[in-house]
Amino acid sequence: MGIFPFLVVAWVVVAGLYGIVTSRDLIHQIVCLVVVQSSTYVLLLGVGYVTGGVAPYFFDIPLPAKAVDPVVQALALTDVVVEAAVTALLLSFAIQAQKRFGTLDPHELAEFKG
Amino acid sequence: MISAGLMNTLQVTVLAGVAAGATVVVRTRTRVRQVLALSVYGMLLAILFLVFQAPDVTLSELTVGAIALPIILLLAIAKVSKADRKRQQ
Amino acid sequence: MTPRQRLWFFAVAAAGLVACYLWAFTGLPGFGGYPGPYGQEILRVAVQQTNATGVVSAINFEYRGLDTVGEEFILFAAAAGMSVVLRKLREEREAGPADAADPRTVPPSSSAVRVAALLMVGPTAVLGWWLASHAQASPSGGFQGGVILASAFILVYLAGEFLSFRRLSPDALLDAVEAAGAGGFAAIGLAAIAMNLPYLYNYLPLGTIPGAVSSSGTIALISFFVGIEVAAAFTAIVSELLDQTLLRSA
Repeated sequence: MGIFPFLVVAWVVVAGLYGIVTSRDLIHQIVCLVVVQSSTYVLLLGVGYVTGGVAPYFFDIPLPAKAVDPVVQALALTDVVVEAAVTALLLSFAIQAQKRFGTLDPHELAEFKG
Repeated sequence: MISAGLMNTLQVTVLAGVAAGATVVVRTRTRVRQVLALSVYGMLLAILFLVFQAPDVTLSELTVGAIALPIILLLAIAKVSKADRKRQQ
Repeated sequence: MTPRQRLWFFAVAAAGLVACYLWAFTGLPGFGGYPGPYGQEILRVAVQQTNATGVVSAINFEYRGLDTVGEEFILFAAAAGMSVVLRKLREEREAGPADAADPRTVPPSSSAVRVAALLMVGPTAVLGWWLASHAQASPSGGFQGGVILASAFILVYLAGEFLSFRRLSPDALLDAVEAAGAGGFAAIGLAAIAMNLPYLYNYLPLGTIPGAVSSSGTIALISFFVGIEVAAAFTAIVSELLDQTLLRSA
């Protein structure tokens, strides 16, 4: 159990990158990018975990308690919401590419210049 | 309070589920099906974050990854497929 | 480069990446053995210093408030960027909804879906508002509450009332609320500078009950502003995409 979460992170990153490299559709590429981003959340929370620790909320738990690291949770929390908005921006680029060039195939799009 | 041994088994199971879910999302090539797979993957991730003792991140991932992001994706797919169909006519 | 060559190239690169990952992970103290001093130190002092029992929100809006300002401006820029990118191209014209109707038959949404969606608009809005203003006590906060509040507006569209959705969330109002949220957050920090304190210092008087709304200083106020900003940003994003799908031609 010592290293299993980090192996899962590596697997998710490689799977997402494989999807991006072998994709024939811009929308499929964007969803694979979302998968790669999600691996970073798992990595952050995996690094901050304390065995036997509780969630860092002390409304009803007396204070000297062993809790998991709250800093990485704060990072992951804002991350999740902001990267959804950035994905929406990427999708709007894909829509404009469709309108101007008529295709969403990255191999064909790579041949257009400007 | 869940004992340490049981928490370990739960965590390993959900981690394996997340790895399998990522593979399924990447291998689905149809657009709408991939969005549904992404929604299920988002729910699996939310369960994983809950088991890692992070309820705030669970709430974020559930609202964004299983609800808001699929809606945005489906709207963009509808726009792109309509333009595709118009172009073929 | 043929696809097979590309795949081989990727395989070599991925092998190198995985090798570097594994080398890095063996240097970590293993899963569950977090040693770092920063997290433990914050857990020790956070509740006394800020009277907020939700330590994650205290970190987000006070200890690392500067990072949260940056993240919120990313959100703001993404929503603003979408309305710039999706502007009308030269050959487009604005067509009415009848023109843009699909030639294939779209099944009308059933009454069950519409009634259920309409019934859930109110409770969802209240839940989002409540979550956005109670960041300091429980797992809630501006970001999650804002997304849930935005989904209350989207439920109006899903209930088949697209025109009501447009009337409830006109573009000008969404832009104004988004700006108010982002500007309000920055203004709270600047007000601290005006009082000769560091930027985003917690200058409102702390109450006596840990976890109550009015006793954590600026944390609850900042969380409220973040909530309305996130809600306006997500509603603006969905509204832009709906414009594209239903009103613009081609």
